[in-house]
Amino acid sequence: MYNGGKIIIGLLIFAALVTSPFWTNAGRKVDVPEPKVDTPAIKEAQAALGKKEVCVEPRSFMRGGHMQLLNQWRDSALRQGKRVYTNSEGRTFNISLQNTCMKCHSNKKNFCDKCHNYLAVSPYCWDCHIAPKEEERAPAVAAGSEMAPAAAAPEEAKL
Amino acid sequence: MKINRRDFIRMAGITAVAGLTGAGTIARLKGNSLEAADYTPPAEALKAKHWGMVIDVSKIATPEDYQRMMDACHIPHNVPGFDNPKDEIKWIWADTYEHTFPGMEHPYMNPEFKEKNFLVLCNHCEKPACVRVCPTKATFKRADGIVVMDYHRCIGCRFCMAACPFGARSFNWRDPRPFINEAAMNREYPTRTKGVVEKCTFCVERLEKGEIPLCVEKSNGAIVFGDLEDPDSEIRNILASTYTIRRKPELGTGPSIYYVIGGGGHVRESA
Repeated sequence: MYNGGKIIIGLLIFAALVTSPFWTNAGRKVDVPEPKVDTPAIKEAQAALGKKEVCVEPRSFMRGGHMQLLNQWRDSALRQGKRVYTNSEGRTFNISLQNTCMKCHSNKKNFCDKCHNYLAVSPYCWDCHIAPKEEERAPAVAAGSEMAPAAAAPEEAKL
Repeated sequence: MKINRRDFIRMAGITAVAGLTGAGTIARLKGNSLEAADYTPPAEALKAKHWGMVIDVSKIATPEDYQRMMDACHIPHNVPGFDNPKDEIKWIWADTYEHTFPGMEHPYMNPEFKEKNFLVLCNHCEKPACVRVCPTKATFKRADGIVVMDYHRCIGCRFCMAACPFGARSFNWRDPRPFINEAAMNREYPTRTKGVVEKCTFCVERLEKGEIPLCVEKSNGAIVFGDLEDPDSEIRNILASTYTIRRKPELGTGPSIYYVIGGGGHVRESA
């Protein structure tokens, strides 16, 4: 091999550079994200329904399939005008990201962003949809007035 | 490698069985849909076969009248207010006689009409040119005649803007968010984003709740909204008893917005 030494050294440098993210991150502890489902609206729904899982579908499904569900919701509501969703338990929901999903999950930063940032995905929902106000949420929780209508959302058809 | 017929058939058979069952397993794993999940329209939604409007222009006299209806639409729908007219986004606006009914002006016409402004919006055409040209089906016509957009699908090609003969569509050249009044922003309704086209929706989100469009509500009886296919509807009574015109009928798009020009009390007095 001509210039073998240089090529091998070059290859080694190349391999080191390409794999450098693995070396630099090796052994570093990165916590698995735990999206928070402790908003007042969710707590009230849990109390009202007397169970832990109060989302539109079971947690196991939502964790892996919320994006498909959101797509189905969008197409159903927008294109067919079918804006009421009846879930596998028979509970009904108004199909709306801003007015249903985010009324419960009013903690976008501690819910949506937790996993999305961890997995480096950046869905463009919020280019158009208005995210809940979070800075102002903390004091509003104590007042309780803002959360009252939102709390009713999960157990009844809020249309 | 040598292979005889028997081995070949055996291998092919095993591969086929593995492939078929494998596909079934993958389909079962992938089948992320849920049983008993159902989608229905809201019970209280207003229903029609063909929504339409009659606008009595004699009842919309002052600039404040136009502004009232425009604000009633634009503010709750988070329509941005750009200072540069080139960036303007409009769902409902006022335009001159010449622009509203081109070709129908003449030098001796009533100066009142010549100088008057007319309330214009998306015509929700029977044969919408914008729907025909949309390459992604982002713009589509609903079963009730309303032409709406799925902004998720809009790629910003602006074919619809070129196709629409009424100028009813606006393109977001810039990010609209900074140009929406933060305090007045309707947090129950989305905004749009840079690079999509938008237009009047006939307030589909309100029809779903059993409410009439905002401009109709704020028109003090100047606009009547109803089902064009229901012969007993108020709108059909007006169309049957009053002389009405549509914008650019010669283009064959079949607008669903009708104009009463002369007025004369045929349109109801108040909302």
